[in-house]
Amino acid sequence: MAGAAECGGGSVALVELSRVERDMEIAAIRRLLHDKLGAAVGVVEEGPHYESIRIDDDAVERAAMLLRDTPELRFDCLSNLSGCDYPGRGAIDIVYDLYSYEFDRSLVLRVSTRRGDPLVDSVERVWPAANWLEREVFDLLGVRFRGHSDLRRILLPEDWVGHPLRKDYVEPEQYHGISTVRESMLGIRSGS
Amino acid sequence: MSLVNSVPEMVLTTKVDQLLNWTRKSSLWYMLFGLACCAIELMQTGGPRADLDRFGMAPRATPRTSDLMIVAGTLTLKMALRTKLLYEQMPEPKYVVSMGSCSNCGGLFQLAYSVCDGVDKVIPVDVYVPGCPPRPEALTDGLILLQKKMSEEKWLVRPSAEEAALLS
Ligand code: SF4
Repeated sequence: MAGAAECGGGSVALVELSRVERDMEIAAIRRLLHDKLGAAVGVVEEGPHYESIRIDDDAVERAAMLLRDTPELRFDCLSNLSGCDYPGRGAIDIVYDLYSYEFDRSLVLRVSTRRGDPLVDSVERVWPAANWLEREVFDLLGVRFRGHSDLRRILLPEDWVGHPLRKDYVEPEQYHGISTVRESMLGIRSGS
Repeated sequence: MSLVNSVPEMVLTTKVDQLLNWTRKSSLWYMLFGLACCAIELMQTGGPRADLDRFGMAPRATPRTSDLMIVAGTLTLKMALRTKLLYEQMPEPKYVVSMGSCSNCGGLFQLAYSVCDGVDKVIPVDVYVPGCPPRPEALTDGLILLQKKMSEEKWLVRPSAEEAALLS
């Protein structure tokens, strides 16, 4: 019982602390990064659902280290890492969703890389969870991650050709003799 | 001495065939083969309420001792190759039940780049069970249908492999 009471007391203190820390706006986080990394840190972008900080593709790992290790930030959890293809501006964006258990706050980082030769720093050494997430982005979008320990396809078979989440992906007619031409009941034909 | 082609057909074989078929259909061992959500219903069907055991059916963990493959779930192209391999490892006579829309025709995911729309593109199917997912009653119905099919087969009088090749 005494233990439980102590635990309760501890968590109240944590909540108080996080309320103070939560006031650290995204602009302040950006300023902190900008002081350390200079021009590699871009602007804060407004999105429909969240704000994000844009980072250069070769400063990601350093930014990640800072975000994880700065005592006021402590983004110790990489909740998600995803990619999106924008053929219109010839870029693939990688989006990092970070979360800090200590301060109960989230942050979104956005990194653009050239579509023709997509190459981004790996953050695997900062958050080991990035290993599989980066492999997934590599598998489906063809983005290579500099410094990744084991960059192989993770979902699709190893002999798959192409990266299906690219907007211009053309589905092959068959896979090992299995026809992939699908006649849908709705009259839609896939792969074309 | 093998009984195959050695017993006069009119007198005995229908009965012997019946006996053989009865034993075969009453001890269908099925391979554990859950690919997606349908596998949950497959487990239910093997559970105490639907109770496949009463048909003498038992789950097996290897294709080499299985008579029946119940393809339960979404078949990806990656899995399709492995499914074929597993099917080829099963001893004859072997049967396949395709359970659920996904394995029948690709179901919800039939237009996805990684999905094989229908297990019959890789292996022959005996019974299709519709549903997403089929309830245990539906799967049991499919299995009874398969038993019916098995009990109509002839095993003692049948063409040899060469004859069968000539016929087809
Ligand atoms: S048919 Fe429905 S329940 Fe079965 S695997 Fe496909 S989506 Fe899941």
